[in-house]
Amino acid sequence: MRGALLLASLGMGFLSFQVVAQETASVEETIQRQQEQIDALQEQINATADFLEAGSVTQLNRTQLQERDVGSQTSIGGYGEIHYNNLNATDSDNDTDKMDFHRFVLFFAHEFNDRISFFSELEVEHSLAGEGKPGEVEIEQAFVQVNLSNELAVQGGLFVLPVGILNETHEPTTFYGVERNAVESAIVPATWWEGGAQLVGNNASGLSWNAGFHSGLEMYTSGSNAFRVRKGRQKVANAVATDFAFTGRVRYTGIPGLDVAATWQYQSDPSAAPGDGLDDGALIEAHMIYTNGPFQLRALYADWEFSGTAVEAAGVAGQSGFYIEPSWRLNERWGIFARSETVDGAVAGDQFDEFRAGLSYFAHPNAVFKFDIANRDYTQLSKEGSSYTGFNVGMAYQF
Amino acid sequence: MADRVTTWWLRSVLPIVLWGLASAVYGQMGVYMETEEFLAAAFPDSEPQVEVIWINNERREVLEEILDHPVNALRVSYWISGGKSAWILDEIGKDRPITIGVVAQGDAIEMIRVLVFREIRGWEVRYPFFTDQFLGARLIGSEQQGVGLDRQIDGITGATLSVNALRGVTEVVLFLIQESRGLGE
Repeated sequence: MRGALLLASLGMGFLSFQVVAQETASVEETIQRQQEQIDALQEQINATADFLEAGSVTQLNRTQLQERDVGSQTSIGGYGEIHYNNLNATDSDNDTDKMDFHRFVLFFAHEFNDRISFFSELEVEHSLAGEGKPGEVEIEQAFVQVNLSNELAVQGGLFVLPVGILNETHEPTTFYGVERNAVESAIVPATWWEGGAQLVGNNASGLSWNAGFHSGLEMYTSGSNAFRVRKGRQKVANAVATDFAFTGRVRYTGIPGLDVAATWQYQSDPSAAPGDGLDDGALIEAHMIYTNGPFQLRALYADWEFSGTAVEAAGVAGQSGFYIEPSWRLNERWGIFARSETVDGAVAGDQFDEFRAGLSYFAHPNAVFKFDIANRDYTQLSKEGSSYTGFNVGMAYQF
Repeated sequence: MADRVTTWWLRSVLPIVLWGLASAVYGQMGVYMETEEFLAAAFPDSEPQVEVIWINNERREVLEEILDHPVNALRVSYWISGGKSAWILDEIGKDRPITIGVVAQGDAIEMIRVLVFREIRGWEVRYPFFTDQFLGARLIGSEQQGVGLDRQIDGITGATLSVNALRGVTEVVLFLIQESRGLGE
């Protein structure tokens, strides 16, 4: 009897063991199936992500945070600014009360490969261009850059000259004031572009340099615009190229917040016409920008020295300008500034002292609303009636 | 005479000088560091594993707040070994993406390198005189109040957008490190 009971118990135990073993196998199988499903789902999720990110992830484990390309190698950008000027002159006939979409600019850039790129800037000035209209359509940049090494590049085509603060970086969200400073208009005729080639170098110390040969000025030597540098720009539009010019710049940015640069330019004949009393000219420009937290100080000095009997007889062989501009970025949204300038150009309209102060509201780092008050005092009696006080309002953007 | 000399110089000497320079120093432009070099510098003694962090809606909001633009990425992959992680992210400065490599030890920046720079201006951001400012930087703030670095990063005139790109990517990396730790990844 006891033996039968033992046998029965063993039998029951064996059966239970078999059931448990079968259940365990079944659970393991289920887990395995689920794991396979998880793996498959993970694969599907990754494949979906791959598909959705196609074109944005261009190499393994390199994540692109923003897509903005047209195609894969071409990019578009731009900037613009609209101004309202309300200026009361000493002689009310010279009052200014106008609204102007001053600049509408589109950038097109293309990366041919890792070494060769193209950059361009197409601008419509004053909104409306054409015969008898106030504006112009201009190509301000169109050049190919070939990087010869990590420290050296050559640019060929139509490029902005490496001179001053605004000439290369003139997007309106990067400077205070509704209007650009006057020194970098009358003395350094920004935006100033020429056709030619330049070498651009930099190194780890923060030192960089430019050396370029390019087309030159064609300044008037008579009439109301005689010897005005700004009126001498040919804008690479069927430009007379009998006399080339050279521009060299050395710049140091090795200390974060500090930017110091000096440019020298030589014009072998600024009027592009021999024997007219304007023989040659040289520009020296130096500037400094120091930023410490929210505070920034900009200062720029530029000086032309021309030679020739006519320019010396007119008393404008030397033309210079200086400005200083402290600013304070109060917070992410607001910034205030003041700017004092002295311009001593070729004609009475380019000889004045100016003061501006105002504020900028950064709705976005690349969308700014500006306001400033301005006072300009012409130093020549003949222009006294044009001296003014007033205010300006503007909106500027870049993308 | 001077005109003739200038013309001769331009027609004969300048092209030869430019050709000579090009031949002498021809190399890869803009690519300052390959991914393999960057990882070797980040993990000299170990083989890192690749991990992925998914960008859910909450994370996307923070990233967009940091970068001030929409973020399209669905996930960010990174390398990790011990407490050290390495990240490679593309962020546009002005026109073109800058490829930025960031290494963090724990929650502090250990190394930052510009691997590829494609823009015409702003090249200064690749040099140590600028990137050294980020070393040791940590994230402060909260998702609700906004996050930022624990220090001031001095900018470079004319390179503001490139500077912003590096600062933004650094903040993104430190935020994602916080998030990955929260998940126990």
